[in-house]
Amino acid sequence: MLSRVADSLYWMSRYLERAEHTARLVDVELQLWLDQSPEAGAGRWRFLLEATRTLAAERAVDPTRLVNQLVFSRTNASSIVSCVATARENLRHVREQCSSEMWEQMNRLYLEVMETRPGEVWMLESHGFFRAVQEGAHLFQGITDGTMSHGEGWQYIQLGRYVERTDTVASLMETHFKRMAQPADQAVESGEYLEWVGLLRACVAFEAYCKAQTAEIRPLRVAEFLLLNPEFPHSVRFSVDRVNAALHVIGDLTERREKLPTRIAGRLRAQLSFSQIEEVMAGGSHAYLQNVRSECAQIHAAIHQIYFDYAIESELAS
Amino acid sequence: MTTTALPSRFRVPPSFLNYRFDKAYDEMFEAPGVPRAHYQALHKTLLGLPPEELRKSQQAADLTFLHEGITFTVYGSKEGTERIFPNDLVPRIIPAQEWAKIEKGLTQRVTALNLFLRDIYHEGRIFSEGVVPRELVYSCKHFRREMRGLNVPGDIYVSICGTDLVRLPDGSFAVLEDNLRVPSGVSYMLANRKVLKRVFPTMFRDYGVWPIDHYPQALLATLRSLVPENCAYKQDPATVLLTPGVSNSAYFEHTFLAQQMGIELVEGRDLLVHDNVVYMRTTAGPRRVDVIYRRVDDDFLDPLCFRRDTILGVPGLFNAYRAGNVTLANAIGTGVADDKAVYAFVPEIIRFYLQEDAILPNVPTFLLTDVVQRDYVLEHLEDMVVKAVGESGGYGMLIGPHSTKQQREEFRARVLADPRNYIAQPTLSLSCAPCLIDGEVESRHIDLRPYILMGEKVTLVPGGLTRVALRKGSLVVNSSQGGGSKDTWVLRAGNGDDRVTQNARTVLKDSLGFEGKKLA
Repeated sequence: MLSRVADSLYWMSRYLERAEHTARLVDVELQLWLDQSPEAGAGRWRFLLEATRTLAAERAVDPTRLVNQLVFSRTNASSIVSCVATARENLRHVREQCSSEMWEQMNRLYLEVMETRPGEVWMLESHGFFRAVQEGAHLFQGITDGTMSHGEGWQYIQLGRYVERTDTVASLMETHFKRMAQPADQAVESGEYLEWVGLLRACVAFEAYCKAQTAEIRPLRVAEFLLLNPEFPHSVRFSVDRVNAALHVIGDLTERREKLPTRIAGRLRAQLSFSQIEEVMAGGSHAYLQNVRSECAQIHAAIHQIYFDYAIESELAS
Repeated sequence: MTTTALPSRFRVPPSFLNYRFDKAYDEMFEAPGVPRAHYQALHKTLLGLPPEELRKSQQAADLTFLHEGITFTVYGSKEGTERIFPNDLVPRIIPAQEWAKIEKGLTQRVTALNLFLRDIYHEGRIFSEGVVPRELVYSCKHFRREMRGLNVPGDIYVSICGTDLVRLPDGSFAVLEDNLRVPSGVSYMLANRKVLKRVFPTMFRDYGVWPIDHYPQALLATLRSLVPENCAYKQDPATVLLTPGVSNSAYFEHTFLAQQMGIELVEGRDLLVHDNVVYMRTTAGPRRVDVIYRRVDDDFLDPLCFRRDTILGVPGLFNAYRAGNVTLANAIGTGVADDKAVYAFVPEIIRFYLQEDAILPNVPTFLLTDVVQRDYVLEHLEDMVVKAVGESGGYGMLIGPHSTKQQREEFRARVLADPRNYIAQPTLSLSCAPCLIDGEVESRHIDLRPYILMGEKVTLVPGGLTRVALRKGSLVVNSSQGGGSKDTWVLRAGNGDDRVTQNARTVLKDSLGFEGKKLA
């Protein structure tokens, strides 16, 4: 497979995952906002900025402007509109590699997002819009799985999605833990309840958590669930497992099994598989999550270096 | 009596009321109301189909084109540069013996042009024997002196050729122009067929039409026969299609052909040259490339050799080509042979290399470097078509009868400033064929572009792209200038021609369609 094609599929997938994540995050925030005191609300907005790694120009955060920046801004490359547009542009360049159903769905999502005016979303119906983005992304994912050969190209789509998910979930947790007390293994006070539920919701994890742990929100268990659960598709461990699996298949298909990306991903996977939440907390959740994110960035760089952008001379020499 | 007023066209089958005849050859009718033998069945079908059905079919066809993204890009227009290529549902039918002549004529023509290219880049016999003036060739915009003395695999310069034919009022075919650089449109030929088979399955089967679906395979075979001198796997040369990228007007076609042939679609940035060998960058490491079907113009192929400002090309590609490590199809510098001034010499070129007369004649052409011819042309500009010699796609031309005084003056000045850059031809009345316009059958001007493949042997897929000037009265068929296309049916031998039966004529006279004014 051409490196350029693999690169486009990978980025297309990362951008779409990012759009979905941001849509969910903002949606959850807007709903929490209804239940909160003004002071707590202001804190949440700053949290949102940090969690999405958006730089705010001014210290005092104006919710309307913030949401516009996260959703509609074309200067913010990570806004929902920018992400969807970039995902589509990447797919357009490799149209012959995807099924026409995929292309149609991507176009539909793009048109829907582009047609929405900032005012409308902010004033009313915001939930409907964010849902549409998430559903559009889910539909695309389903169509991709159902209509595209699960060959090398499909693997890069998996890779993009789960590299992005690992990073966004880890980043969200890191920001969250920074402002909360050390997570304890007991039910939260009512004041903090909403914060923890918000975290779960932002990872579509509330229902799945309740099934695993009952509706009693224990911060330590929430952390464990989002970080180490092997079965939940938005947990860090699950995502890293998928990254690892995709890299193995790609390694086999390209006969580059022993290469750097597989090694780093394998190391991170082992770490997550054998970690216990108590140890993680004892060593400091911040350091642990930072490490996850840095390994994730290394995987990303290694994928680029090995599959997309290698120095041709060294390859020909070997 | 009060019947509610449905517009008449919703009730009766499409009439031929608006079908106009002029001095042009009519593909369907030998006389008003009398269809040619090979069009009778189609004519009958058209008369019998309710317009709602036709309209629905046309809508379904348009949707197919839209959904499959069969689009082209219009340069120079601001908004929405992606358009569907309009398709007309009424097929154009070519009887077997007419096709046989076209096939022979085109094979002869492309063979001679290929020998011409070999000659002008080597010994130049045709110059020394005074058949074609040396300065005419050397002054061509597309002459590439870098190609002098360079040998190309199998001496094949033109692997893919699209030649535009027109039918003159006397019914004979003539060559309007050759496209020897990067001819496009073949994907529309295949797409039209796919749609037509869906819309008129029975009629299609009954007609006995030659299939064309094997074009991609024939193209692949042609490309693979052009193995470069130094190729490790001569049985299985690594073949790719080089596209300028998404913003090119024919990008759809590039993706389509690559997909149909099962070869990689590459852009310039996917390729690189190391030690005069071309590689493509794949996820499994660099992979050697042997044959490149390039849809990038000469100028943009290699910034080290041709235009320096190009980012579409591959630095070092020409050296790899010269070293015999890679084949480019078509070869570099083939544009000389489709220069519109060289075109005027093609009958002599054929006689010179093959000692035969041209089977398909040229259209009369005035060379504007010649003072007498130039004066004549400038005096008769309103009857002439003036074309820039190195352009294609309907850009840079003046259609005399449809031009304004200002446009004529502008062209007069341009011709006088640079006579070598223009030629003129008398305005031709291209033949007319029935088209479905708004539920009615009307006549529109058409031409024909068959595709000729030349590898170890010359292959013509029986058919081609029939382009239609959809604007009423227009003579310009180019997609960029409001043209459309229709499916082209080449009949198997024995079908159609000898079936002018009394019976069929009777049926026609009874039909409603010809109560029109034109019949009188």
